[in-house]
Amino acid sequence: MPLNNRVDADPDELVQLIGPNGERRENAAYDRWVTGVDGPALQALYEDMVVIRRIDAEATALQRQGELALWPPLLGQEAAQIGSGRALREDDFVFSSYRENGVAYCRGVDLTDILRVWRGNASSGWDPYGINMATPQVIIGAQTLHATGYAMGILNDGADAVAVTYFGDGATSQGDVNEAMVFAASYQAPVIFFCQNNHWAISEPVGLQAHVPIAHRAPGFGIPSVRVDGNDVLACLAVTREALDRARTGGGPTFIEAVTYRMGPHTTADDPTRYRDANELEDWAAKDPIARLAGLLDSQGLLPAEVTDAVKTKADDVAARLREGCISMAEPEALDVFKHVYSEPNSWLARQQDQYERYLASFESSNSDSTELTEGSR
Amino acid sequence: MSTMTFGRAINAGLRKAMENDPKVVLMGEDIGKLGGVFRITDGLQKDFGQHRVMDSPLAESGILGTAVGMAYRGYRPVIEIQFDGFIYPAFDQIVCQVAKLHYRTQGAVKMPLTIRVPFGGGIGSPEHHSESPEAYFTHTSGLRVISVSNPQDAYVMIQQAIASDDPVLYFEPKRRYHVKGEVDESVDITASSMNDARVVVEGSDVTLVTYGPLVPTARDAATAASDDGVSVEVIDLRSLAPIDFATVEKSVRKTGRLVITHEAAQSGGLGAEIAASITERCFYHLEHAPVRVTGFDIPYPYSKLEFHHLPDLDRILDGVDRVLDRPNSLSSQSGLEG
Repeated sequence: MPLNNRVDADPDELVQLIGPNGERRENAAYDRWVTGVDGPALQALYEDMVVIRRIDAEATALQRQGELALWPPLLGQEAAQIGSGRALREDDFVFSSYRENGVAYCRGVDLTDILRVWRGNASSGWDPYGINMATPQVIIGAQTLHATGYAMGILNDGADAVAVTYFGDGATSQGDVNEAMVFAASYQAPVIFFCQNNHWAISEPVGLQAHVPIAHRAPGFGIPSVRVDGNDVLACLAVTREALDRARTGGGPTFIEAVTYRMGPHTTADDPTRYRDANELEDWAAKDPIARLAGLLDSQGLLPAEVTDAVKTKADDVAARLREGCISMAEPEALDVFKHVYSEPNSWLARQQDQYERYLASFESSNSDSTELTEGSR
Repeated sequence: MSTMTFGRAINAGLRKAMENDPKVVLMGEDIGKLGGVFRITDGLQKDFGQHRVMDSPLAESGILGTAVGMAYRGYRPVIEIQFDGFIYPAFDQIVCQVAKLHYRTQGAVKMPLTIRVPFGGGIGSPEHHSESPEAYFTHTSGLRVISVSNPQDAYVMIQQAIASDDPVLYFEPKRRYHVKGEVDESVDITASSMNDARVVVEGSDVTLVTYGPLVPTARDAATAASDDGVSVEVIDLRSLAPIDFATVEKSVRKTGRLVITHEAAQSGGLGAEIAASITERCFYHLEHAPVRVTGFDIPYPYSKLEFHHLPDLDRILDGVDRVLDRPNSLSSQSGLEG
């Protein structure tokens, strides 16, 4: 059966504040959300994007060197993650998928914590309440309901925080994402659905998930939506700020579709050359989010060598700390396997733990037995 | 002490829990104005408001998934699944999220959810309204599973489930909702544990283990057996995960014979777990292999046939005869023990 492998996007439909060559484009509806973004603020966004690209490259290298079991690269999605992530307030709460390490960086995650899961040292890298970001979700789409429920809790508390959930184009096919939109609209929950349409769900093109632009679905649930150029960091910042403002002032949920592109593999276990045309990659490389912002900065005289050098130095330093944190990570203890299954004691688990402890201890006693034999035989 | 129905006792327990903790919220389909299809939440929205008793869209994964988010925010959601067969759309959220988030986050995130499930058959309902899905959940680490069998336990254990920092599936035998019993509302809920099994009838010849809807049937079977000179000890498990094996073991060491009965299908069911665990623990005290009297390995049948599927007094007594090596349904024809 032939599959629709491309959802045509009307380029005019995308909110764009920086053009492909770095030119600033006026936008009557969205310029007001970025009026305070001055030269230093733009330079900070540039630094963020360079640093997370460097983190991503270092983690990919660590995986290739056998230090990580797996890594999901975000290459190409820097603008979507930094633009939205930098719009958030400390008391907002993020429920993401596994590719949002750039958002975690914005939330202030400890660098080593990003790698814990991928090294296999923990099921989650950080305490969600430490950075107000839930640990990454592997079941695609499940977290959209968690964000909606959290937002319902915000409503009950009478607070003005916002829950933000990240997911990909593939996740929009899941029932949970659609149920989340039903609940969000019904309760007018302060939640933002931030879909990074990166065009590929492992090997499946976005056209297999959607026959019309993904953002067009949300109005059917009664949720306003916007399509934004996901490779334009300023536009991503603007649309997220607008959605946050709507949520904080009782306007309910917003659906954002950031149209971007996953330039690397799905994970380091994936081989995109098997399913993806090299020309497509080339087209998107020309829309590189960092190059685009660099073009804007350069045109304004904001990217002299001392800035690019300083950013590079910072990125290298972050990468070095990431590597050091990865290889010096403490190994978990054997009996940690039983920890935190329950909050309260559980007789079944206690029995299994007791038996396993005795099993492990049996090696120690047999080792000492063999030592005695060896000594005795001398 | 007052007399109330099973359903009313759960209602009273919910009310008490909501009064004691403002973070307790109820979520589910039709639980507000209607008070639920079984009226278990009757009057609670009127008294606590729509923010505490939330009518949900008709989407079970949505209910469970948003409850996870509420718990993240510090609430203690109590979910009503309208009927047992409707829990399957929520299965992913229960087993992949609710059960695992505490483990996944190394204890940072608590999931104090209570999931109320009216379960079991015997009310002549159509498909999806009479199932016994408890084994799916007892097989999932991170969940606690309990089942109540009388109004007093229903009143106490719903409060214990809500107070627990672990997620609890609370299985309510819907065919017993209208059974009346004495309820002491002044009881201290911290004085007992929902994890402990209860010896309903003491006996010395056979241990009969059950829970939920079959507890009254098992008690009647013990009475009938005693007329026949057989002393049956009946144990109501109350907790299905974890099972209080110490209580069952103590009984089997005394009687040497074990019958397990439940409505759920036999294969891979709780009866298998109980038989295996008790055999491991007291093999040398057993006079006979444990016997299971259960529902069949069939989809729940249409109502004209459901009383063939559900264990009743006579099928349980037949099981008792089997462990006693007395003439029984399997011995009479072939002479072979089944």
